[in-house]
Amino acid sequence: MATEQVISDEARKEIEALFHHLPKKQAACIDALKIVQKHNRWVSDQALVELGPILEMTPHEIDSIATFYNIIFRKPVGRHVIFLCNSVSCWIMGYEGIRNALKEKLQIDFGMTTKDDRFTFLPIPCLGNCDHAPSMIVDEDLYEDLTPEILDEILAKYE
Amino acid sequence: MAKVIIDNVEYEVPDGKNMLEVCLSLGMDLTYFCWHPAMHSVGACRQCAVIQYRDENDTRGKIVMSCMVDAVNGTRISLQDQKGKDFRAGNIESLMLNHPHDCPVCDEGGECHLQDMTVMSGHNYRRYRFNKRTHVNQDLGPFVYHEMNRCIQCYRCVRFYNDYAGGKDFGVFASSGRVYFGRSESGTLENEFSGNLVEICPTGVFTDKTLRKHYTRKWDLTSAPSICHQCSVGCNTLASERYGGLRRILSRYNGDVNGYFLCDRGRFGYEYVNDDKRLTKVAQKATSDTDAFASVKNLVGSKPRMIGIGSPRASLESNFMLKQLVGEENFYQGIPQHEAQLAETAFNLLRTVGVKTPSLSEIETYDAVLVLGEDVTNTAPMIALALRQAAKNQPREEAYKLKIQKWNDAAIREVVQDRTGPFYTATPCSTKLDEIATQKFTGDTNHLLALSDKIIAAIAGSQGGNDNTDAYANDVAKALLSCKKPLVVSGTGMMSKEILLAAAGIARALKVSGKEAGLTFAVPEVNSMGLALIGGKYWDEAVARVQSEKDTIAIVMETNLAYRFGKKNAESFLKNCKQVVMIDSLENETTAFADFILPAGTFAESTGTVINNEGRAQRFYEVFVPKNEIRSSWAWIDQLTHSKESARHFDTIVEEMIAHYPILEKIRDLAPDANSRIGTQKIPRETHRYSGRTAMNANISVHEPKPPLDEDSPLTYTMEGYHGKAPSKAIPYFWSPGWNSLQSINKYQIEVGGPLHGGNPGIRLIEAGDNTGGDLKNTGSNKTNNGTFEVLPSHHIFGGDELSAKSAPLATRIPDTTVSISSSALQRSGIEGAESLSINYDGEAHSFKIKIDNSLPDNVLMLPKGFNETKGLLFPFFTEISKG
Amino acid sequence: MERPLTEHIKKDGTALTLKEYEAVGGYQGLRAALKMTPAEVMGVVKDSKLRGRGGAGFPTGLKWSFVPMGDDVPQPKYLVANGDEMEPGTFKDRLLIERNPHQLIEGMIISAYAIGASMSYIFLRWAYHEAANRVLLALDEAYRAGYLGKDILGSGFELEMDLHTSVGRYICGEETALLNALEGKRANPRNKPPFPQVSGLFGKPTIVNNVETYCNVPHILAKGAQWYISISKSEGGGGTKLYGASGRVKNPAIWELPLGTTLGEIIEEHAGGMLDGYKLRGLLPGGASTDFLTPDHMNIKMDFEEVGKAGSRMGTGTIIVLDDKTCPVGMCLNLEQFFAQESCGWCTPCREGLPWTAKILLALEEGRGKPEDIDHLTFQTHYNAPGNTFCALAPGAMEPLQSALKYFREDFDEHIHNHSCKYHRH
Ligand SMILES: Cc1cc2nc3c(=O)[nH]c(=O)nc-3n(C[C@H](O)[C@H](O)[C@H](O)COP(=O)(O)O)c2cc1C
Ligand code: SF4
Ligand code: FES
Repeated sequence: MATEQVISDEARKEIEALFHHLPKKQAACIDALKIVQKHNRWVSDQALVELGPILEMTPHEIDSIATFYNIIFRKPVGRHVIFLCNSVSCWIMGYEGIRNALKEKLQIDFGMTTKDDRFTFLPIPCLGNCDHAPSMIVDEDLYEDLTPEILDEILAKYE
Repeated sequence: MAKVIIDNVEYEVPDGKNMLEVCLSLGMDLTYFCWHPAMHSVGACRQCAVIQYRDENDTRGKIVMSCMVDAVNGTRISLQDQKGKDFRAGNIESLMLNHPHDCPVCDEGGECHLQDMTVMSGHNYRRYRFNKRTHVNQDLGPFVYHEMNRCIQCYRCVRFYNDYAGGKDFGVFASSGRVYFGRSESGTLENEFSGNLVEICPTGVFTDKTLRKHYTRKWDLTSAPSICHQCSVGCNTLASERYGGLRRILSRYNGDVNGYFLCDRGRFGYEYVNDDKRLTKVAQKATSDTDAFASVKNLVGSKPRMIGIGSPRASLESNFMLKQLVGEENFYQGIPQHEAQLAETAFNLLRTVGVKTPSLSEIETYDAVLVLGEDVTNTAPMIALALRQAAKNQPREEAYKLKIQKWNDAAIREVVQDRTGPFYTATPCSTKLDEIATQKFTGDTNHLLALSDKIIAAIAGSQGGNDNTDAYANDVAKALLSCKKPLVVSGTGMMSKEILLAAAGIARALKVSGKEAGLTFAVPEVNSMGLALIGGKYWDEAVARVQSEKDTIAIVMETNLAYRFGKKNAESFLKNCKQVVMIDSLENETTAFADFILPAGTFAESTGTVINNEGRAQRFYEVFVPKNEIRSSWAWIDQLTHSKESARHFDTIVEEMIAHYPILEKIRDLAPDANSRIGTQKIPRETHRYSGRTAMNANISVHEPKPPLDEDSPLTYTMEGYHGKAPSKAIPYFWSPGWNSLQSINKYQIEVGGPLHGGNPGIRLIEAGDNTGGDLKNTGSNKTNNGTFEVLPSHHIFGGDELSAKSAPLATRIPDTTVSISSSALQRSGIEGAESLSINYDGEAHSFKIKIDNSLPDNVLMLPKGFNETKGLLFPFFTEISKG
Repeated sequence: MERPLTEHIKKDGTALTLKEYEAVGGYQGLRAALKMTPAEVMGVVKDSKLRGRGGAGFPTGLKWSFVPMGDDVPQPKYLVANGDEMEPGTFKDRLLIERNPHQLIEGMIISAYAIGASMSYIFLRWAYHEAANRVLLALDEAYRAGYLGKDILGSGFELEMDLHTSVGRYICGEETALLNALEGKRANPRNKPPFPQVSGLFGKPTIVNNVETYCNVPHILAKGAQWYISISKSEGGGGTKLYGASGRVKNPAIWELPLGTTLGEIIEEHAGGMLDGYKLRGLLPGGASTDFLTPDHMNIKMDFEEVGKAGSRMGTGTIIVLDDKTCPVGMCLNLEQFFAQESCGWCTPCREGLPWTAKILLALEEGRGKPEDIDHLTFQTHYNAPGNTFCALAPGAMEPLQSALKYFREDFDEHIHNHSCKYHRH
């Protein structure tokens, strides 16, 4: 089988470094998934297969965990991920206006990826930034007090 | 004992139970899903809610989950309180939101716990008006059908498959209302116990794919209590028929044996009963229209020189009858001599070593295990399942110290994590149980024997040397001595008498050191122990006999000689016989040599007694009367000497057998005799819900045929009869008003998960005495070493048993025939990189594809036992290897 | 007014470095603690009337006292800081972690000392990237300075500390689900009893406290239990509390105020009252899973008892304000959709009941409501009541709904009768 290896040696090393503080390898499962995602953007079926022997788990066992958590992506995502908060304070403060504006600009709605693979657009529960609602995170950057007007400037930062 | 109050009535109940168990044990109707008597409580489904009160002055009470309430003194609950009833109805309403209400097309319908619970909780009208969620189903392989939309998320399947049975290719995915039970992707369920999902699932998510292929509504089945014939454990089963075909096998609860479960070979390996190669007619070679049976009868009646060949897959009664017919001097065991001696050794050791042989369910109570030489997962799968539970006993103690109740499964699991108690294996190659082993050891036969000697010495306190074997022996001895109940598990898998003796020696040493030791042997077949008890001369003598006495007539019963001895050997034996009468169920290479065929019933079309690996005699019953000439082997033999009119009944034959074998005295009580009645009634094999009887054969004749009479058992072939709970020794199906699913078993048990009312069926014939004396030295001859490689048999749950291997669904799971060898052995032999290799057996070269197994010692090869390509090879043997 | 937790937080938004923290009295509490026995430390915390800041207000010292102590108890013992903070409308722990990570670390070391833990984790929610970076830096500083690791400050006490960042799911904040997440498993809650204090992380004794709870500990040890009680305005507990407000108020933010400050003071003085053109309709006093209070409740003290008496819970102390131009039914819909989505899927009432609830609310909002829907919503609030479900998520989810049905019933009825929502949709 000539399946291409998707977990790089570097990622593998990072995963193995997790083990020393843990009583068993399986306990590193979530962090390992995060590392894979950091390197690959998402966790493919092949990644589960490769993770198996590293964590001494089967792909089924890892997938059971991966699919529980919403920040582990089991489907491909774009180069940048926009997480727009849709929880109560942002709702009160009008996140829906931001959603509509982004929808128009990117031509995609929640759960979708732009054709050019640039953005994936996702709703996210409360970002803990309620005093500056509406808020969103792009990749790891937090944006607050959003208005439709400032979106272009933000999006322009992500290629 | 604790005093609890349920709806203002006080009951005295055993300690250590939860209130759901208590209510069910008291015969009350209370709804539940996630709780399972073998897997206990996790409190997920919330269906067992009741109202609990602080004391008699508390009138409000609060809702609690009865499965999570400890039944301690003074616990006061109500099942009748309206708040509790409303909650249970509301809960089931919620569970039904996404359920497709597809009972009319659902395989589970009529035997569905969800249906029962819905009716019981009184949820009738649907208020939900929104869309249901839908899931994609998966192909889970040949055994289990998946319909995820019916799921009510009780989590029982994962708890069984992963936590109880050690599966790793199944699980729960996603979260919230989207949770999904299946695999990461479609594919065959690999665990040997996957079929239990069918019974574990309270609704129709996991159903029996083999039943589905020839589906029948479950109330339309004719069923009888049966014993699985696929290995030596003898699990209790319910076998069911309609229209002359066997439709499915279910586990039949026996608190001493298999409890609620079965392995997949036992559950899905039944299809050979329906094979189109079944022998259905009395036949005489090369003739058709003469009365073949009259010819056989004449032949036998002419008192020729006659020998009988018995079989470990035939019942005690059949073997006994054959022996009676031909005479003690002329009765031979239709298996290789070496195999016969192994079974006899096992049988004798269990009687003489002075160590208790636990029942299958008692295996779960041991707190340290040594597995010597036996790959039980493949030779006696249910023993492996029991051992998986035993392995958790020691870590569980820690949970009990924290005052966590025994039934609090989830909490115990958090404490136990994936730790196991002392569990040691010593086998030729890695086996599946190694994954729960504290330590493992591999070696050839001599190495394992040396290890055993050292373990015995170490138990007796001697330190020994300091190589790896010594170290392992010391670790094992120390671990086994530091627990209360150590168990030694071995068997005939390595085909070595010395291994059996060694295992017995270790067990005895433990007992002598004051331990409550146990000794379990797996033996090859369903009635290996029975045949050993009946006794018979060895095969080699039979071969010599027919060679010298050319006028011998052989009666060969239920054994495929070509399968057991190889085609060449079988052929030469049969050709030396003057005439051959074969009593068997399936056409095979051997039957081709028969002059006469008497079509024998399989387990499904016969009644009989078999003795399992622990020495427990168990009765199985004819499920249906075939509409052809098939009948029990013993009945055929009886008719060779009796006319139809004077034919004897099963009970008479049992009596006669007991007269010859006093050790069998107790089997008289195995079952009610054929004349016994409940009131005036017999026990029906069909439920009162059975339908279509008058129409079933209407295409042939509108006159409903007279149903066959069963004169050999207390059962009838109809739906007429006693419709209360059948006595435990003859339960053809489980049913109780309001409980149409298998969970009605609760109503048959003295306390849930405990023994059946009337006692668990089966009678142990062998009990260890206190005498731990006697010589355990091997008196037989050691195989001489005429080759560099010892060739040992590997065992396979799918394919390693002749008959079940013929079942189509199982056949797809049989692995390729390969020879296992370590890569260093290949290297050492200078054939690195070879794809197949050639070995010598009996002067002939055999070539096999190579499978690398680096857990194998450098001087050991393994070949699957009982596969088409390896049939007739007598293990162990020694060989040189070469490429090719 | 004393603000021990936040007074040294820097205006520029950066975190206090170890040096800066030490300069304002940092790690003095630890030094004081290490001079006492663990039992004495536990005693001081008990005396201080510190109550958990994660929402339930359980007395912290009492919780610790359930941890088995002595030489023959299971080891290692664990200590975990709950920094999951995913309760909608809650944003207090973030401030503490981002701006003063050493305060949290010091609090955890002292607490670990008190219960004899040798391993500790900070469980941080995924979204707090900046906080995570700062915690890692601070941990590094603390290890280098000998506050963590072997033989801390020459006391012989040993503690390791690690950061775990989650991968989403609100249920991870529930302490037993959090333990499963830390074990690398699915974050289903565990049954209690046994409590984590007895059988927690990897089956060992474990304490889980909220981030803010731990941040109080150094100050209690440094200045004493009496001082701590004296800075509170509440009968039921000591210390200050981080209060916050979001929604249409003039100045949404977080403030450290004496425990027991009145609702009115928080809304009017600190949050600056409502934005012009908006009136206060109601509020959730302590995050998404608390009952609505109304303008009539402005005089009550924000503490565990008084808010409880008023029919709600103080929860996390971060207030979500509902104005008169926002639809209460819509707000409930938003909340219930959140809770339905975040249900772990373990127990029936939550897994099935919350989506049904959300679907009914959506129907109401979209003009498809039916009169019997009110009964059904009411049924759900009973069905998902505390004790009926496996953990507190679902009962929490019912709190805003049951109180909305009480205070804003006419809005629900109007939605049904008019087949529409009259509020302007954003
Ligand atoms: C669904 C749910 C979510 C919770 N989320 C949090 C959380 O994000 N942070 C937190 O500190 N406590 C949370 N809690 C409370 C914790 O279970 C636990 O009570 C708390 O961490 C204990 O800390 P304390 O005693 O210091 O308050 C949550 C509880 C529930 C039921
Ligand atoms: S209430 Fe039940 S389903 Fe909901 S989060 Fe808690 S345990 Fe999970
Ligand atoms: S049976 Fe008690 S909660 Fe499921």
